Amino acid sequence: MSIDITGVSKRYGHFVALEGIDLSLPRGQLTALLGPSGGGKTTLLRIIAGLETPDTGSVVIEGKDATRLPVQKRNVGFVFQHYAAFKHLSVARNVAFGLEIRKKPEDEVRAKVEELLALVHLSQFADRLPSQLSGGQRQRMALARALAIEPTVLLLDEPFGALDAKVRKELRDWLRRLHDEVHVTTVFVTHDQEEALEVADEIVVVNQGRVEQVGTPDQLYDDPANDFVMGFLGETTTLGGVVLRPHDIEVDRGPGRAGAQEAVVVRVLRVGFEVRVSAETTAGEQVTVSMTRTHAKALHVDEGATLWLCPAVGAATVPSMPFRLRDGVVA
Amino acid sequence: MAERTRPAPGPTTYVLRVLVITYLVLLVIWPVSLVVTNTFANGDEALRSILEDPDLVDALRLTAVAAVVATAINTVFGVTVSLLLVRTVFPGKRILSALMDLPLSVSPIVVGLALVLVYGGRNGWFGPTLEGAGLQVIFSTPGIIMATAFVSLPLVIREVVPVLQELGDEQEQAARSLGASGRQTFWRITLPSIKWAVVYGVVLTLARSLGEFGAVKVVSGNVLGETRTATLAVEEKYLNFDQEGAYAIAFLLASVSVLAIVVVSLLRSREAHR
Repeated sequence: MSIDITGVSKRYGHFVALEGIDLSLPRGQLTALLGPSGGGKTTLLRIIAGLETPDTGSVVIEGKDATRLPVQKRNVGFVFQHYAAFKHLSVARNVAFGLEIRKKPEDEVRAKVEELLALVHLSQFADRLPSQLSGGQRQRMALARALAIEPTVLLLDEPFGALDAKVRKELRDWLRRLHDEVHVTTVFVTHDQEEALEVADEIVVVNQGRVEQVGTPDQLYDDPANDFVMGFLGETTTLGGVVLRPHDIEVDRGPGRAGAQEAVVVRVLRVGFEVRVSAETTAGEQVTVSMTRTHAKALHVDEGATLWLCPAVGAATVPSMPFRLRDGVVA
Repeated sequence: MAERTRPAPGPTTYVLRVLVITYLVLLVIWPVSLVVTNTFANGDEALRSILEDPDLVDALRLTAVAAVVATAINTVFGVTVSLLLVRTVFPGKRILSALMDLPLSVSPIVVGLALVLVYGGRNGWFGPTLEGAGLQVIFSTPGIIMATAFVSLPLVIREVVPVLQELGDEQEQAARSLGASGRQTFWRITLPSIKWAVVYGVVLTLARSLGEFGAVKVVSGNVLGETRTATLAVEEKYLNFDQEGAYAIAFLLASVSVLAIVVVSLLRSREAHR
């Protein structure tokens, strides 16, 4: 294991940021810490980096206890959401910073900086100041700077959060490819489930200072541990006391299937190729169903129509629990 | 399509402009320009007679020494206190922050008297001990430097603190994560980022120190050729009806301050155009 976290807790005054986190991240993987804002994922990342100290628990990096080690001794690469570019230094000097601190010979530094700038496609910008770069370019520079010190682990705190949607998507693909080339153990924080599902080898869902579930994107999507994870990774609805995805509901105009429930269409909303149907079952449950436009047309799904709904075979479901119990306290 | 321009200035704008300019002329520009014209009323004779008088050269030198030393002290102290105030949390921080503005709100005369109470050679709280150890503070150069440093204390802090706040500490955290020690982070990242604030603070401190009068008058004793500073010489000349001499020294003092500010603005605009 590359990073082992045991029993880590952190409080800020009365606010519990993290509580009893146990987590092991294998070497060479790209892991996403996914969760809502204020859930503790950034605090966890900063504790791994040594930018925060945990109140209890330990952090072991590559077999070495790093809990009391200050950030400058941990050899971690950290990439900040707002780039943290050294504004008075050129792009090349930014990247060279960690190497100059380590007093590497000049020609070695130059060669390494050239290599990294080529890797992040910024070679022609080497002599510019960070203020002359776009947001995406600055973040690539920050990444090259973090990689220059050949870190044991690379940590990224919402690295694409400050960028616009298009650049964000480009950088996301690029990070995935970069990781396949460089193979450094990488942990990144995000609140965007699509980003996590698309890029990560493994996802850690963090919520209210705890780990909800750890798994591959497929495991999380197909077999969520609870309704929170299910809800966070995509849209959900409830049918007959279970939570499931709106596109995992079979729709018929007659009571053909076992366990199908009768429902009346309340509203039909068309978004491009997709049709979202709100319906109310005879038991009074509000259900959202999504289907293709063609399917909806063939079934004549209109407001007031009667449908028979049941979960599709093999659909991921979790029991619906409107009040989740946590340590005996209603959350 | 018509190009979008700013609306033409109305009558109110013109009235406001005239008001501001009139105010500045009456309060600043006219009086200061009169100092210049009075200095050169008889050509450069007044200036030359000042520079040929050894007592006055001593006074100018003392002022320069006191101002430079006080500025050096306040720069180091000011940057340190600014970092403490912005980057750390400690009990009593707000009190310290408020205390830093005290020297600007207290009359310099009070500062001088307060220093005499503590460091006075005969009755001071701490003075006799120091004097026993061979260090005379009041009526001597150390006292003049202390008084000058006291009155110009907040100027560097006031320039640096907002810039540090605006800057945030992410760059410093990044430097740490790349292996830099606290000292390396300060010299390589923090100081270059606050460079201009420090330079401005230094210039303001220097200008203020050169012109200090009240506090210095109390602590110096005004001994000719020893503890008489340039500003005290201006007063003396003026009271002795040597107005031309007074204007000449005043002109020298003012031009050093103006020069410092001009040099900084030039440097800064060059930096911005790089």
